[in-house]
Order: sequence, then structure tokens, then C-alpha cells
Amino acid sequence: MENVIEVTNLTKRYDKILAVDHINFEVRKGEIFGFLGPNGAGKTTTIRMLTGLSRPTAGNARVLGYDIVSEIVEAKKHIGVVPEISNLYDELSALKNLVFMAQLYGIPCNQRKARAEELLKTFGLYERKDHLFGTFSHGMKRALTIAAALIHSPKLLFLDEPTVGLDVAAARSLRNLIGNLRHQGVTIFLTTHYLEEADLLCNRIVILVKGRILKIDTPEMLKAVAEEESIIEVSFKKLTSKIVEGLSERLPELKVIATNHNKVRIYGGVPVYVLEKVLQYAKDGDAEIDEVNSVKPSLEDAFIKITGLSPSIMATEKGGRR
Amino acid sequence: MWRDDLRGIFYIALKDMRTYYLKPPSVSWGIVFPTAWILAFYLRNPQNFEQLVPGLIAMTILFSTTAAEAVVINFELRLGSLERLLLAPISLPAVLLGKVIGGTIFGLMMTMVVTVGSVLGLGLFQVNLVYLALIIVPSLLVFSSLGALLCVLVKEVFEAQTLLNAPRFIMVFLSGVVYPVSAMPLVLQYIAYLMPLTYTVDGLRQSFSPSLSIFVFVDTLVLLGFFVLFVLPAIRLLYRRFV
Repeated sequence: MENVIEVTNLTKRYDKILAVDHINFEVRKGEIFGFLGPNGAGKTTTIRMLTGLSRPTAGNARVLGYDIVSEIVEAKKHIGVVPEISNLYDELSALKNLVFMAQLYGIPCNQRKARAEELLKTFGLYERKDHLFGTFSHGMKRALTIAAALIHSPKLLFLDEPTVGLDVAAARSLRNLIGNLRHQGVTIFLTTHYLEEADLLCNRIVILVKGRILKIDTPEMLKAVAEEESIIEVSFKKLTSKIVEGLSERLPELKVIATNHNKVRIYGGVPVYVLEKVLQYAKDGDAEIDEVNSVKPSLEDAFIKITGLSPSIMATEKGGRR
Repeated sequence: MWRDDLRGIFYIALKDMRTYYLKPPSVSWGIVFPTAWILAFYLRNPQNFEQLVPGLIAMTILFSTTAAEAVVINFELRLGSLERLLLAPISLPAVLLGKVIGGTIFGLMMTMVVTVGSVLGLGLFQVNLVYLALIIVPSLLVFSSLGALLCVLVKEVFEAQTLLNAPRFIMVFLSGVVYPVSAMPLVLQYIAYLMPLTYTVDGLRQSFSPSLSIFVFVDTLVLLGFFVLFVLPAIRLLYRRFV
């Protein structure tokens, strides 16, 4: 399969901080390729290098066959970029913003307005085409920013945290749209710290932590890593940090992690033994159990196993949203 | 590639004109302020208003070109919209030149209003239009690029505006806008000749003079030198900020 991005030992250093540390990967034509990692992992820095906004300190990369340092202007003709911030012009209407982008990308004069209107219809913004961008809701701004990135029908689309700050409905609608783009043959490079988003959308995922790639694989294969050990999920009436600490003390050789909604997950061990210990802990009067389940590993479980990080490091950045 | 850059420069300048320049704050800063300032001198000494016309035009060039630079550069840097321009298939120098040309075109419009108004209102029909063009166009480029250079040096809009005010007001006082440079103490004369506005005022005075002078061409060359001196570091600074 043809590679649209080829990255070799790509590195970015800001003074003493090594933001991206000798990473290597390829993105295949037509896939949704996910860059998953906590804040500060180097996701945005990688996108900035691949789109010409930042020069690599070392290593090299080719985007659609073009070198990202010497041929980046040519590469930009075929790529679309949706930055983390919706950065169109508040003072221009939705239509004028798109027409301006069409002008910058050299779309013939007689096609600009039609192409802009077509995208406004696709994104459900046609009725508001003459409204100023500054008056749009966060979700509408995000949608128009994606539309702007598609104005020149790019072969490759970079999406940097596309659903950050969106409500559940807007995020779902945007994910559907990303899925549709893939069906139209657009290769998508997506960065996210939403585990479920990566699981839902991506064909392959890179797990990036502190600028280094820990694993590249399909979501299924990543989850298979976590399947090697048992996972017991215990729901408590009211989960406190004391309960998590107490369980960790009783099961010192296992990983006990609080997830959400008063639940903890216990990774590893023999299920019967783990269950016995948990029930004993509850019986001792320290906690009231609602439910105990053996669970199928999710991408979150795989992430925990691969990175050794708590999923809370990702959840915290979502402003509480999970 | 140069065609992509030219297209980019044109549309960035056009967008900036529509979005920022042709708005009341820029128009008032670019044209009302110089006019009010010169009128204050006129009321003090109404007999020699013709002598103040080159200074009035020079101030209009200076203030109109730099009127919205802080907005077109620092505000866009803060919002990330300048970054959006850099994602387009045009070079970084083309993006900066688009910003500079936007200021230049707006300055030209404001300067035309003041110049035509002064010529018709005061009957200054002896003006040499070729000389005038040779001074006005490079001056617009110089002050627009000076504005761009000072704006890319800092992050915030208020910092840029503060930084822009210093050279603007120093030049107004020392470049012969109101008081001839030759009447100043020798030290100030040396300082005056380090400032581009001095050459703008000098060239404009010669444009309104009935005699022909080769020194207009010297002024033009010096002004073009200042343009290069300002625009190249501005491009370099923008490169350092992004690449």
C-alpha cells in the first residue's frame, strides 16, 4: 500500500526540552492514522513539523512524496490542516472566509463561490453563510474550520484534536464527518487524547508519550496486548481514595486504578483470588460493593498497560469530560 | 511558485484592507490625527500653510501605514489566524509582504486624499507629480515595513502599539515635519538623517518646489534602502517565530 507520510528519526528540541524524540512511522493512503497521547506528548509538534510550521531539529519526513523542509510549499497544495484552535477570521462571514481560503489555494475564480457553498451545505452551515465567523458557536466554528481545510480537496487532512471543547452531540457529528471523509478517499492524520475517539475512528494508532513512540498498531491489536491479563471491574456505592489505597495494599502485586462512576479496575492476577480479596476487603467494612464484573479490555486498558500511565492523565485534560 | 506568492500577497493585502484597514479606527488614526496636528500649527501661523503641506503628507504616510500593523500582525498572531496563512501554499516572505502591501495600499489611499485635497485647496499646481510618486511610494513601503518589523518583535497588540509610538513621535519632531532640519542643533541634524521620514519630508518639499532637483532621486534610493533594511529582518524574525 502506498505511503502518504514517511517519517524517519524526526526530532524537535526546544532549548532543553526534547518535544519529539527520533520518531519513525508511515501513514498509508486512505487510512485514518491516530496520534494518541497525553498533553505534552509531542502530537501537535509533530503536526507542525509535517505541515511546515516548524522545522525539525533532526531527522526527515516526506509528505505526499515532498520533503517537509525543501518542498513544503508544494506539499501544502495537497494537504489540509485543521489546527487545535479554530483560527478563521471573526470579522468575515462564513462564505467570505471560505472564499478567501479558495483564493489562497489558487482555486479558479469561477469555482470559488460554488465550492465554498458546497462545503457550507455539507457542513450544515449554508443557512448561516452570511453570518460572521465571530458569532458562531464553538461547534460551528470547528465545522467551518474543517470546511476551510477541505476547500482545495486535499489528499491528506491533518486534524489536531478536532473534538476538543465540543459538546457530545457536536463531537459525534464531527466524528461521523471524519468517517465520511475517509470513505471519500481522504487520508486522515488525527491527533487526540480521547481514547474512545481514537478507538472509534482510527485504522492504526500511535501511542506517543514524552515525544517517543511506544507502540504503533491497529486498535484491535493494541487491545489484544491488554487481553493477556484479566481485568476485574468493581463498582462501589461510593468510591473514595481510601478504598483505592486499601485495595492496592491488599493486592500489592496488581495494578488497581480508579476509572469513573465509582469504579475501580484491577489488572492481572487470578480472577478467583482477586475476587476473594476484594470481597474480603468489603466484608471488613471498608466499602460497600454494588457490582463486580470481568471486563473485555478497551483501548484505555491497552493504553494503561503500554504506557504505565493512569487514564486520569488523559481525562484531566478533557476538563472532566470522558 | 512566484505566481502562488504573488497571488497570496494580493489576496492577503485585499483581505487585510477589508477586514482591518477600511474601518473607522484606522481611518481616523491615519488621516484625522495628522490633519488635526497640522491644523494646530496652522492656527498658530496661518500665513505659511503651504510650507506645512509636505509635513502633513509625510505624517499621513507615516500614521496611515502603521495604523493597523499591530492588528494585522499581533492580533492575528494571538488568534492563530496568521498561522493559517502560513499553512497555505505560499512562502513566509509572501505572507509578510502581503501584510506590508496591505498597509501600503491603505496608506496610499489616505495620502491621496490629503495630497489631492492640499493641492486643490491651496492651489499648489506647480507640484511635480513624478517626484511626488518617487517619494510617496517608497515611503509607504518603508513605514509599512517598519510597522511590520516592530510588530513581529513583540507578542501583544498593546506592546506593538507602544513600540510603534516611539519612532513615530521621535520622527515627527526630528524629521523636519514642522521645524526644518537645517534649523536644528547639529547633533539633532545627524540623528535626523538616520530617520527615513527626513528623506520623505525632504523629497516632498522638493516635489512642491518649482525648481528641479536631482536630490529627489537620492531620497528615493535612501528610502528604498530603508525598506530593505526593515523588511528583511521582519521576515527573518517571523521565520524564527514559526520555523
